Amino acid sequence: MMAKGIRDKVAILGMGCSKFGERWDREADDLIVEAYEEAIKDAGIETSQIDAAWFSTAIEEQHVGKSGVPLATALRLPYIPVTRVENYCASGSEAFRGATYAVASGACDIALALGVEKLKDTGYGGLPQRGRGALNSMYWANISAPGSFAQLAAAYRAKHGVSRETLKRAMAHISVKSHDNGSRNPKAHLQNKITEETVLKAPLVAEPLGLYDCCGVSDGSACAIVTTPEIAKSFGKQDLITVKALQLAVSNGQEAQHNSWDGSYFATARAAAKRAYQEAGIDKPREQISLIEAHDCFSITELVTLEDLYISPEGGAVKDVLDGFYDADGVVPCQIDGGLKCFGHPIGASGLRMIYEIYLQMQGRAGERQRRQEPVRGLVHNLGGMPHQNVCSIAIIGKHGS
Amino acid sequence: MVGIASFGGYIPRLRLARKSMVDANGWFNGSLRAYAKAERAICSWDEDSLTMAVEAARDALCDRPRGDFRALYLATTSAPFEDRQNAGILAQALRLGEALNTMDVGASQRAGTTGLIAALDAVASRGGPVLYLASEKRRAAAASPAELLYGDGAAALILERGDGVAKFLGSRSASVDFVDHYKGKGREFDYGWEERWIRDEGYLKLVPPVIAGALAESGLKPADIAHFCLPCTLPRVAQAIAKQAGLAESSVRPNLDGLCGDTGTAHPLVMLVHALQEAKPGERILVASFGNGSDALVFEATADLPAVQRARRGVIGSLKRRKEETNYAKYLAFNDLIKMERGLRSEVDKQTPLTTLYRKRDMLLSLVGGKCERCGTVQFPKSNICVNPNCRAMHSQVDQPFSEFAGKVMSFTADNLTYCPEPPAHYGMVQFAEGGRMMVDFTEVDAGQVEVGMPMRMVFRIKEVDPARGFTKYFWKAAPTGDAREV
Repeated sequence: MMAKGIRDKVAILGMGCSKFGERWDREADDLIVEAYEEAIKDAGIETSQIDAAWFSTAIEEQHVGKSGVPLATALRLPYIPVTRVENYCASGSEAFRGATYAVASGACDIALALGVEKLKDTGYGGLPQRGRGALNSMYWANISAPGSFAQLAAAYRAKHGVSRETLKRAMAHISVKSHDNGSRNPKAHLQNKITEETVLKAPLVAEPLGLYDCCGVSDGSACAIVTTPEIAKSFGKQDLITVKALQLAVSNGQEAQHNSWDGSYFATARAAAKRAYQEAGIDKPREQISLIEAHDCFSITELVTLEDLYISPEGGAVKDVLDGFYDADGVVPCQIDGGLKCFGHPIGASGLRMIYEIYLQMQGRAGERQRRQEPVRGLVHNLGGMPHQNVCSIAIIGKHGS
Repeated sequence: MVGIASFGGYIPRLRLARKSMVDANGWFNGSLRAYAKAERAICSWDEDSLTMAVEAARDALCDRPRGDFRALYLATTSAPFEDRQNAGILAQALRLGEALNTMDVGASQRAGTTGLIAALDAVASRGGPVLYLASEKRRAAAASPAELLYGDGAAALILERGDGVAKFLGSRSASVDFVDHYKGKGREFDYGWEERWIRDEGYLKLVPPVIAGALAESGLKPADIAHFCLPCTLPRVAQAIAKQAGLAESSVRPNLDGLCGDTGTAHPLVMLVHALQEAKPGERILVASFGNGSDALVFEATADLPAVQRARRGVIGSLKRRKEETNYAKYLAFNDLIKMERGLRSEVDKQTPLTTLYRKRDMLLSLVGGKCERCGTVQFPKSNICVNPNCRAMHSQVDQPFSEFAGKVMSFTADNLTYCPEPPAHYGMVQFAEGGRMMVDFTEVDAGQVEVGMPMRMVFRIKEVDPARGFTKYFWKAAPTGDAREV
């Protein structure tokens, strides 16, 4: 028998998000409190009402260290269960999944998901250099994040016969669009508009990705407090925002080792998207999804992902992107808040920060960047690891009953 | 009889223009200007005496089965390990099995020939085959003449009972504590004495009697020698010795100075392989060496030589496979001869867990993956459950070597962010015709020259060096096929 799924079983009671950026004067616990204060106020509850918490950090050795203790200590949580989760760049979405599942199971009435990352204490730009596991470090290629994702471009071009110039231009449009959106977001790290020319002339980080094809690196925290729709209503909440789908797909070595994958797409994203749409009752995603927060760690990731989410047809993302389909005033805005491109990617926080934007947009609380047409369903996508070996999470959030 | 059954050679692709070295250091030592022409072979940052030896050995092995070797000997004075058998690393990388006698020979420029005589004796008394390797990557101080004259390279011989492609006729040795140069314990560089003394009291007095002895032992007259190999960078010395020994002046073989340079203890064998690539059946080759005495060996080419000549890259093919480097600073950086700012990203701890290395030695040093006995799918690394989504059989995998597989680039990048001694770091997914794929580092590729679909072969290289512990980590990389097999 097919599982019934998570649809409409859990409501978001409150959310918070710190300012993202180079927070030189703040420790991780300061950022945790900054996000949490907003969320608890938004939820209208006391800390003592939270039954359990999920805490996401990915590169914990750079800041808080292991376990749930850093979160419990920062918020002085009263000896409740706190679980630390890490699942590459989907870590924030994992914390959300843990809290949501706890509520859906009936084990908890109210649960907290909080993610934080301090990436700017390494002394250099980009993500921290780190170990990959004893054996992996002995044979994996000398990969960086941009170098891994850059290879999508080579394989995508080979498969779809796209010229380097056309692909670079579509990639540039993605970054220009995200910076344009980020310029209207006071919490974004980068709030400057850029031009296509700036993007195309930037130095190469990893062929063919230039500096502006890469997302920023920053410090930040975001959190969600979830409960059942019934409890939310009992607190007087109206126009509930509920979880429609939570899916995760994890590579099993097939892309890395078996010649059935051509390197031009994310096998995990396609699997997760299919299941998420089924869980949410969506059969025409291009028409039924109002907003997308895609994991735009790199411009090429966003481009390829828009096909893997079945919004653009396979090989059709270049055209959609250049047509402005995903612009803030387009048909399905992607990264209406500025995305990872402008928020940077404090790994543990990112997924929750993206859900936060969808949550604000649904409630008409997104300020200057508020989508004109009232959004009904938003999709949040995270992708961690490398195209050939990764973790993909998809969350669909929407108006209760939609 | 005992003979050379096969041979192989390897000279690194990079050739440093000696002019670039003289341009940098001529202000300090004007006498260097005499060497400003031509070039020398240099290892890239990921090559050393072991990686070169593996390439030379693979050339010699060609398609030969690898399971029947009795011994592997390595001659070098530039081994990466003082205590961890370097020959043993080669045996593992080359998949020669464990029932093998392995030995490092070194401590003298004569080691290459001394070890060869011992190896030939071993084959005569106990049988073969024996894989005999000589490889050298000597360090030299900046602005020294040695820096200009040395070169990096390796040679490989397979020795067996029977005549092979060149039968062994005889040898003679002299052990004399003549110290033309030495390298003290813990010292980085050689310390040498005056060249005129080395020439007059060393080469000219010590080598001719050894040649005479080797000829006597072989039952030959000096005039019977068609190819005379003697490494010596001092001008006209080989010719003078030939004259003194009664050898025809035309028999003196080029010492490859200005092409690859003097490859140290490997050089007599590099010159021998070079000679074997040009010799005609019936011709006799005399190989002599100099270093704390002298060795001389005599071989005779057989009718089987031409067929093997055609199928080997050897020294000639390696010399053709050439990329000019005119940046002396790069050579200094590759050889850690200059203090470089390598950036914070280079500081990650690179400790090797020796337990893991041992447990996974077939995977890491021999590039052995798995093949599913149920569905035939080939994969790297080997695993408990087959990667084929339509199979997923458990415990069905047998060892499958990947090192000789032909691959093609499926995706790639040139990465300026990750730390690499020679940025940008090239890597990508390589897919093999026989099945399987690997996200792997590339080597010997030039920026802007990589394309999807480019044919690649696997090569044994340095993955990285752990500077805190002095440990060199090896793994396999993908290199363009065109460059590597250009014969």
